[in-house]
Amino acid sequence: MSDALMVDVAGLTVDFKGPKGPIRAVDGVNLHLKRGETVALLGESGSGKSVTLRSLMRLHPSSARIGGKVEVDGRDVLKLSSRELAALRGPIVSMIFQDPGLAFDPVYRIGDQIMEAVRRHEKLSKAEARARALALFERVRIPSPDKRLDNYPHEMSGGMRQRAMIALALACRPKVLLADEPTTALDATVQIQVLLLLRELQRELGLAVVFVTHDIGVAVEVADRIAVMYAGRIVEMGPARDVIREPRHPYTQGLLLSRASHAPTPGARLAAIPGAPPDLADLPPGCSFRPRCGHAIDDCAEVQPEAVSVGAAHFARCIRTRTTAEAYEAVVA
Amino acid sequence: MIIGEPAPPPGGPTRDRGGPAQPLLSVKGLIKHFGQKKGFLTKAGPVVRAVDGVDFDVAKGETLGIVGESGCGKSTTARLVMQIINPDAGEILFDGEAVGSQALGLNAFRRQVQMVFQDSYASLNPRLTVEDTIAFGPRVHGATRRAAATRAHDLLHRVGLEPARFAGRYPHELSGGQRQRVNIARALALDPRLLILDEAVSALDKSVEAQVLNLLLDLKDEFGLTYMFISHDLNVVRFMSNRVMVMYLGKVAEFGPSEALFETPRHPYTGALLASMPSMDPDARTEVAPLAGDPPNPINPPPGCRFNPRCAKSAALCAHQEPTLLAAGEGDHRAACWLVDPSSGHPRLAA
Repeated sequence: MSDALMVDVAGLTVDFKGPKGPIRAVDGVNLHLKRGETVALLGESGSGKSVTLRSLMRLHPSSARIGGKVEVDGRDVLKLSSRELAALRGPIVSMIFQDPGLAFDPVYRIGDQIMEAVRRHEKLSKAEARARALALFERVRIPSPDKRLDNYPHEMSGGMRQRAMIALALACRPKVLLADEPTTALDATVQIQVLLLLRELQRELGLAVVFVTHDIGVAVEVADRIAVMYAGRIVEMGPARDVIREPRHPYTQGLLLSRASHAPTPGARLAAIPGAPPDLADLPPGCSFRPRCGHAIDDCAEVQPEAVSVGAAHFARCIRTRTTAEAYEAVVA
Repeated sequence: MIIGEPAPPPGGPTRDRGGPAQPLLSVKGLIKHFGQKKGFLTKAGPVVRAVDGVDFDVAKGETLGIVGESGCGKSTTARLVMQIINPDAGEILFDGEAVGSQALGLNAFRRQVQMVFQDSYASLNPRLTVEDTIAFGPRVHGATRRAAATRAHDLLHRVGLEPARFAGRYPHELSGGQRQRVNIARALALDPRLLILDEAVSALDKSVEAQVLNLLLDLKDEFGLTYMFISHDLNVVRFMSNRVMVMYLGKVAEFGPSEALFETPRHPYTGALLASMPSMDPDARTEVAPLAGDPPNPINPPPGCRFNPRCAKSAALCAHQEPTLLAAGEGDHRAACWLVDPSSGHPRLAA
């Protein structure tokens, strides 16, 4: 069973109502995760990374139309009744959010919120549920855990609240953990602690993790594989090492080359990607990245590029990967 | 108040009073404590020592980077310099003149120092068009409607927003990167000499961030600006800054030329901050977090060196005596750590 897919997403589309008709936020995303695997969805705002993530728990407003296949631990998420969905959320798949201050109810003690989640899904006494919560707090290394269980959310610092939210997410022993920019609001010194904690828990519990981030460095720290999203599509996906060292989609290349840490000398200009991400309601024909791409040719405007294999388990949605490969090697060398 | 006075000519030769050797900004003994002071009927409450004795200067034409964790006082320092809040103590000299003095009134000072904030949306008036937003400052300072509008269009052009398309738009009709360009244009409208950028690119998408950083560099050259650049992103600070100031709990931990400070950090806190940045190498991921716990609260900072409870190199001495900023290498590289003082008796020095 170890080869069974924990997450099996194929041809996922998500449409939201827009003022001038439906807006396609996610367009044809394929994503497969085995047990114990971490995939980072890397992208900018509006790229569809969070919408993809939320589809795995069907957290969209009812007006959203979801198409394609979404299976988590063998269950067809798109066909579940609301009762079945409630049973899925927690014991099978759970999520941690960017702002733990908003994710917790401010008027209840954190320990009580964890106990409530546990007792909603399992027949446990209050004492047993509290023991579970305490063990979780120890697991995520919150100092003086017994005392902290009685804290209200506002009594904790940002880093500790994020640890508490991880504890809440793990309370019902899920198999799949979804993380939506969980460290973006934290200081770098705290961010690295939380990333290391997530990596450790993922390894020990054998979780499948989908980690959404806009920060390449964060993706490198946590992910086995990286999926780069642009305008609702995965434009490049592969083992983290290959995507970082041998990026083949011009957008991935642009992200890597425009980083300030990559600047040749202080004061020189950064190799910024020109333009801005496209309006999802008004996408250009063909490749969505074409208007910003230095390698674009007329053919790029014709059809949406198919995924091309550019290495072992590494693909890019670009018709000019041979050119982009040479160009990138020339710049980096 | 000097309403009616025309805006000074851009880059006019008369603006530089003290010559290139005189710092544009000089801050001495800056202190700001928030909280309840003991009054006639009220007891003193807990005091947040947000900025607790900070000295630095900013040379003409340089970019001074300021880094540190949340609560270290970097934004409070910016707001104090900007005179948005009043310091409890300390002296702020702008090109040799005390701010708020007869020679340099607040209005004249604010024309020369402008600020760009992190939240591009909250810092724009939602009911003003882009043009009106940029023209507002010049209008308040006495420019005619026509002159202010011309200035606004000119600045929009300089920050890369085509005036014909953008002048009439409202903030909600712009993307985050475009809004931040408007904020930068507005800050430039009064032809300032010093720009304080408080996490100005932190909320932007990465591909847009690089564009705005390039724009800031271009504008700095074009208008002869001086920057105070505050950010939590050390890579960006390193790229932008000539010199860098590292703050910890309201004090300066280390100060120095950017390259020296990043290559050979002399304060253990600076080293830990650098090591906390995510690795970009999939084969050399971070294995141990350089610092444990959250940044401490600036209420009741620890005695001695404020960093000593989190410091891997802490010794008994550090918990009792507070180190001062001492020379720690080339140029004006300074660090507030007993390890840079050979005579401090820190046990690690003997080893």
